[in-house]
Amino acid sequence: MDCKSITSYNHIVMTTILAIETSCDETSAAVVKNGNEILSNIVATQVEFHKKYGGIVPEIASRKHIEVINPIIAEALEKAKVKLKDLGAVAVTYGPGLVGSLIVGLCAAKAIAYSLDLPLIGVNHLEGHIYANFLISNLKFQISFPFICLLVSGGHTMLILVKDHGNYQVLGQTRDDAAGEAFDKVARFLKLGYPGGPIIDKLAKEGDPKAVAFTRPMLGQGYDFSFSGIKTAVVNYSNKTQGTATHLDFARRCPELAEGFSRRFLANLAASFQQAIVDVLVEKSIQAAQEYKCKTIALAGGVSANSLLRKDLKEKAEAKGFGVQIPSLHLCTDNAAMVGCAGYYHLKQKRTSDFKLQAVASLKLVGYNVTL
Amino acid sequence: MVAAGRSTNSKRINEYSTRSAEDTVELGKRIGAHLLPNDVIALTGRLGAGKTTLIQGMAEGIGVRDYVTSPTFIIINEYQGRIPFFHVDLYRLNNVDEIEDLGIEEYFSRGGACVIEWAEKLGELKPKASHEIEIEIISETKRKICVSSELAARLK
Repeated sequence: MDCKSITSYNHIVMTTILAIETSCDETSAAVVKNGNEILSNIVATQVEFHKKYGGIVPEIASRKHIEVINPIIAEALEKAKVKLKDLGAVAVTYGPGLVGSLIVGLCAAKAIAYSLDLPLIGVNHLEGHIYANFLISNLKFQISFPFICLLVSGGHTMLILVKDHGNYQVLGQTRDDAAGEAFDKVARFLKLGYPGGPIIDKLAKEGDPKAVAFTRPMLGQGYDFSFSGIKTAVVNYSNKTQGTATHLDFARRCPELAEGFSRRFLANLAASFQQAIVDVLVEKSIQAAQEYKCKTIALAGGVSANSLLRKDLKEKAEAKGFGVQIPSLHLCTDNAAMVGCAGYYHLKQKRTSDFKLQAVASLKLVGYNVTL
Repeated sequence: MVAAGRSTNSKRINEYSTRSAEDTVELGKRIGAHLLPNDVIALTGRLGAGKTTLIQGMAEGIGVRDYVTSPTFIIINEYQGRIPFFHVDLYRLNNVDEIEDLGIEEYFSRGGACVIEWAEKLGELKPKASHEIEIEIISETKRKICVSSELAARLK
């Protein structure tokens, strides 16, 4: 394989990138060829470890990353049939995320890049999510600039105007809770289990989305989101339905809440809650595409798995003449291939990182190509 | 409404009533304006009680201009106001060992104000000198907010 050297810095860069992603609860390594071809993309999900804790436990995340990072990298190289000497660069997520988790991936990437004398490319995790839309396996059509990217996950809810490679404008983001977090917290409150997203999605299929009229938060108020209030609305609604006038003894009664409700009640509540969230996400994405004259809306992040979001975004956006691109599921959730893809475009512009690169927990999404 | 005299965990408290989320933000702003370096505020209250709302007010009172978003995902968010403001959320954590391994105590003495959601999980890690705020749900919009007296005294 002739990938060791980076043969051109101009239009097409022929190179094979090893990418590492450990920003939250997934340990992932991938080998990506020429920026769009996935040779391997190994994800060791820690969801089994986290299930019993009802959420992501950072200490566990970090410890598990250390345990599996080397075998995962070895597996990614083996599956790609690529040897270390064939690599052209190492890309790694350096934020945002859990510092303890990020450091594990960052150290591994630095060690490999340093020992092989390869360029190290620090990638923003959010940028990685956008680039899931540039990976070959899920390209239905060539995505053209500018486009709107709706990034929805457990930690983020953002509308991003992507003007070009490396040129992003965050149009809006959540002012409190992320959409995925609202799903998790409501599911936990109703004692439905973890992770909350898929459980509510499934339960909602049996329910009536019009059963409870939740407000659509922040609709018509720019591109920011707010999902903390709707979580409170679910709590209030459940509590009222429980038939109590006062909430004083709320704390004591809460543990029995879910058991006190019929499946039908919970399904209606889940369906109404989900519809309210999806309506806001879809509506704002379409508004943004209209205002910024984009032809395409791309979806990214773990909440892309939500079946109602996929269906409604497709139907409503396509009815208004916009194309909708949704990467395949394994590329929407955290994975290293998207990081390799994003890293490729950094490399193409000769943007490599210093070995002093540090993990940044609250790294912001800022473009690097804003002058072009 | 202020009614001093009740005692929880050997600390005296003052009670405040708020009638709306806006009211809660206002109280938060007043608290924020009086926070000092190395203050640790242990905040408790059920899901939907208004912890985020109160903290958004506190951040504003301390002079933070960013949006204060939920740190549930990354546990700790840091902001810069007139003094640093650390927003910690222990929602996802289960026991003291997990919290200890994260090194959260480091934030207690870094010269900023540190507010901790789901602080009941801190157990023995909770600094003795920490202030306490507890939010109780009275009705859909009303809240009773109990502030430990040393912090409440600054608000007068």
